Amino acid sequence: MATTSLAILVIDENRIRASIIEEGLREAGHDDVTLVHDVSGIARRIAEINPDVIVIDLENPNRDMLENMFQLSRAVKRPIAMFVDRSDQASIEAAVDAGVSAYVVDGLKRERVKPILDMAISRFNAFSRLARELDEVRGELENRKLIERAKGILMQSKGLSEDAAYALLRKTAMNQNRKIAEIAQSLVTAAGLLSPPGENDE
Amino acid sequence: MSAQHHVTAGFIPLLDSALLVAAREVGFAAREGIDLTLVRETSWANIRDRLAVGHFDVAHMLAPMPIACNLGLTPVTSDTLVPMALGLGGNAVTVAIDLWDEMAEFGARPDLDPTMTGRALDAVISRRAAEGGDPLRFAVVHPHSGHNYELRYWLAACGIMPDCDVEIVIVPPPLMPDALAAGRIDGYCVGEPWNMASVLAGTGRIVTVKAAIWKSSPEKVLGVSAAWAEANPDTLSALLRALFRSALWCADASNRDDLADMLAAPAYLARPREWMLPALSGRIRIGGGEERLVEDFFIPHAKAATFPWKSHALWYYTQMVRWGQVCATRDNEAVVRDTYRPDIYRAALKPLGAALPGANAKVEGALARPTAVGSAGASLELGPDGFFDGTIFDPDELDIYIVGQRPDPE
Repeated sequence: MATTSLAILVIDENRIRASIIEEGLREAGHDDVTLVHDVSGIARRIAEINPDVIVIDLENPNRDMLENMFQLSRAVKRPIAMFVDRSDQASIEAAVDAGVSAYVVDGLKRERVKPILDMAISRFNAFSRLARELDEVRGELENRKLIERAKGILMQSKGLSEDAAYALLRKTAMNQNRKIAEIAQSLVTAAGLLSPPGENDE
Repeated sequence: MSAQHHVTAGFIPLLDSALLVAAREVGFAAREGIDLTLVRETSWANIRDRLAVGHFDVAHMLAPMPIACNLGLTPVTSDTLVPMALGLGGNAVTVAIDLWDEMAEFGARPDLDPTMTGRALDAVISRRAAEGGDPLRFAVVHPHSGHNYELRYWLAACGIMPDCDVEIVIVPPPLMPDALAAGRIDGYCVGEPWNMASVLAGTGRIVTVKAAIWKSSPEKVLGVSAAWAEANPDTLSALLRALFRSALWCADASNRDDLADMLAAPAYLARPREWMLPALSGRIRIGGGEERLVEDFFIPHAKAATFPWKSHALWYYTQMVRWGQVCATRDNEAVVRDTYRPDIYRAALKPLGAALPGANAKVEGALARPTAVGSAGASLELGPDGFFDGTIFDPDELDIYIVGQRPDPE
């Protein structure tokens, strides 16, 4: 495929995501991949690496600084444009949606760079999906803890069995068209407010 | 309101996002039937890109950004209109304490006078150069920003060549105070509250302010996707009316505390309200226990502060030419003129009886004191609007101005 391999620089403070992208690029046959997690001293690094393609996550607050460097600095020996092709609106949209930007040196053929951007986009999306799933699992755990506490409060204050306490939470949630965790949250908050000073303060 | 318009606006956590924040929080947008969603962003590049791909309909933007975008100077470009400005002024130049001490040796006083502090800075730079020291490093937020151009204007007018006598780097606003405290930069030009942050931390001194370098000068604007504006003219008009009412509200001193609280909230700047108050009241704490009253530090409404003057756009264009960012051509000039759209502003605000300037452009620096000018609707007072070095910018004499400001006129 690629006759001479392209030097690719990935700037991402998120080490896990950077590794995921690196892995994808290497699988696609790109061996000259450098990861940078910290932008301090980046000008010197860029001069050393002399990259053909630079991939940056959109969360990076230093994007303005980096773009300015690409356009002006002697650290970058060749002019750098953004994205594979400015007229390729679909690629730009997909990249921004995924949260990634890519800069390529002028003159590089579109067909050589497009797969790199596509790879970065799909890996960014995969990482976001993972992060979202992880958030959901965390939220699920939090909810379970809340429901346990709410059950405990009902068991204590109303003398209910565990099953009856859960049934009451469920019924209330259904009647109010809300989630059980929301009802549990309200109950735990209310119990905290109503308890005598010193109790439930944690 | 029956018809609900949805508008998504990107903003950077800065004090001059106030008009957008108050439009949502006080309910001016809702009263116009607009459901206004504000999305905080971390870089101007993100604002530009997300406006280009339609994540945002409109955005809080640096006044020169839409111009640079339409001139094709940015990695991603999209047609962007400026139908309204989001206030005047609001920036300051802050330097590290050790640099201030050196400047004081050469006559700098805590009076924010750009002529005197600039002269002292020039003397410090000459001494450092003679002693073989590293050049001073100043930070601005973006190459296409009012900060970059006003810092350069101030330096150049004081005999300091921005591209050889000092180094100018880009640092995001929230990181400026840390960079200054750590000695990575010697000074910076930024909007509030990021000057106050260094003053209150005891690591910086404010040496001059935007309102002293160029009085009543443009800073942030409402950048609007041209495609969106074309498809949603009524929504845009309603949004401009909401922002105009918001500007009036922000300008009312009795709302200052509420506005400071709003901006300080976690969804917006997420910083102490005490950081917001100096810029809103004009009582600027400049360091060393000193405070100066700068009544026009940030102007949200008065002096047609939301009017998108074509002369403002053209002045920024002359600075892009001056510092080698773009060539002066008739085509480029036309692009710049068409970027700022006072026609949209007038059409939207006429029903409010707002004070509407009769002209689209004005001679910048012509007014030495507040002056009543021709307007439709309510009466209107403009000025003073001068540059600190007394230079006049006549947008009808663009070529002469451009030639006259070359760093090396040969």
